[in-house]
Amino acid sequence: MARKPWPERPDRCQFCAAVRHGIIRQSLDSHVGHIGSALSVVEMISVLWNDILRSPGTNDPDRDRFILAKGHAALALYMTMHFRGLLDEDKLRTFCRDGSQLGVHPEFGLAGVEISTGSLGQGLSVACGITLALRRRNSPARVFVLMSDAECNEGQVWEAAMFAAHHRLDNLIALVDVNGMQAMGPTKEVLDLAPLARRFEAFGWHEQEVDGHDEAALRHALTTGIANREGPAIILAHTVAAKGVHFMERQVEWHYRNIDETLAEQALQEIGVGV
Amino acid sequence: MRTALIQALCELADQDPRVWLLTADLGWSVVEPFQRSFPERFVNVGVAEQNLHGIATGLAREGQVPFVYSIATFASMRGYEQFRNGPVLHQLPVRVVGIGGGFAYGHAGASHHALEDLALARTQPGVAVLAPADGPQARSAILATHNLPGPAYLRIDKAQLPDLPELAGRFAWYQPELLQPGRVLLFLATGSITHEVLQARQILEARGICAAVAVMAHIAYQADDALIALLKEFPFVITVEEGSAAGGLGSLVAETIAQYELNCRLHITGVREPFLPHTGSAEYLRRQHGLDPESLAALARMALATKRTRVRRKVA
Repeated sequence: MARKPWPERPDRCQFCAAVRHGIIRQSLDSHVGHIGSALSVVEMISVLWNDILRSPGTNDPDRDRFILAKGHAALALYMTMHFRGLLDEDKLRTFCRDGSQLGVHPEFGLAGVEISTGSLGQGLSVACGITLALRRRNSPARVFVLMSDAECNEGQVWEAAMFAAHHRLDNLIALVDVNGMQAMGPTKEVLDLAPLARRFEAFGWHEQEVDGHDEAALRHALTTGIANREGPAIILAHTVAAKGVHFMERQVEWHYRNIDETLAEQALQEIGVGV
Repeated sequence: MRTALIQALCELADQDPRVWLLTADLGWSVVEPFQRSFPERFVNVGVAEQNLHGIATGLAREGQVPFVYSIATFASMRGYEQFRNGPVLHQLPVRVVGIGGGFAYGHAGASHHALEDLALARTQPGVAVLAPADGPQARSAILATHNLPGPAYLRIDKAQLPDLPELAGRFAWYQPELLQPGRVLLFLATGSITHEVLQARQILEARGICAAVAVMAHIAYQADDALIALLKEFPFVITVEEGSAAGGLGSLVAETIAQYELNCRLHITGVREPFLPHTGSAEYLRRQHGLDPESLAALARMALATKRTRVRRKVA
């Protein structure tokens, strides 16, 4: 496929399509998988970085913190940062090259990445520590964590969930990408998470469920979660794995598989931005 | 030694509002002075060591200096990956305090015997691994971590051991501290097993053998000049550590001898056998693994009586 220019900086209504375009293009160029996981969180990261986070990607001590606990969706984060003007194209194009700050999973050397992630189950604990420190110095900053549903297989998630509720960490807001698919099959078949909402609720979290591709619903849920002062808030965002590219959707192979030029062209046509 | 730890922590916390103490529900009747004095910086996270390391990482990422406290097995192993991906990867000032390394928890059984903690911690570059020999040295070591930008692992004995007057609380990074002079042999020990080593020296002295004893409380990733200089002074060194014979102090000395081509014969003592199917007191278990004063003295005598065998490499 002949290299075409990136989409221009998209307006808000085309932002998610541009991010999806970028994910496909960069995955093709870098021969890197995890496409499905990146595509399913596009709206969540877009809403957070466009509409919710205060001073993202800066060194402001009171900036809101964002932790991509499901680090394997990093490409969605990089693309969002790029289209928000926080990551220039030259740096973005180094994705997965030798010496790059942009790996398959986020590395903390990159502005906007609070901590390196990649090992599932650890992000929520670190977020608890960050929230505790911010509370101690009366910072207004909020801490947002984006986890995967299969990440909740990890016992550490529940250690952190207990801790956050016990200490009423009301500036901690977690989202779970409930796409129902994990590396080797549907979550229902590998290790059923149901009833995930009731489980978090039973652990003492303020719980909401939304359509994870509905940006207005996500904005509303995040605003509600932020307003809740009783303790930590969880948003279970129901999504479609590999959302936006029909032939990839809900297909387990697209957790790891690399894309080729023919399929990338087909995907970009369907996404329909910048082609 | 735990009393010295808490006193030093209280001192640090008094000077520095960034100092926290987190425990995974251990330290009853030990940590209370800190808890009383600094309740807003004391957190019992519950029996959850993975979360413990994660919380410490988050606090340290925000500029705090958390000490995390648990029994050495749990502190060093249950959250090892979290420690590695957090404080080690990000080079954050988290101090992991492992209480009661080696066989200190004797009758509690193998689940409580931290034999690997020093070796595991030492494999991570950028981690300061510390095993002080007595309370005053523990205090000095803890205070020395104050401005350390990266992480540390401290093995602190749980027993109330007598202070070593020869040591007088001395501690310096990379520095072996000589406790007793000697000629033919150097015992180089780390941690509280130094007490047994000093007794072994007395046994040898009664038989006319003058062994030197030094403490290496900082088991570094690589040796510094001070250790190299000490090893150059002795034809024979026996390292003593209460834990795995691989990966800790013995390995550091072996690597140093090899790397700097020192003319020093080495015998590494430590645990080499798989876990025993029975338990017992710390003293009993040390005897089983040759780490009691009599066994150490016998080993030294036997080794000194054996001529050094040189294998000469034929050069084509």
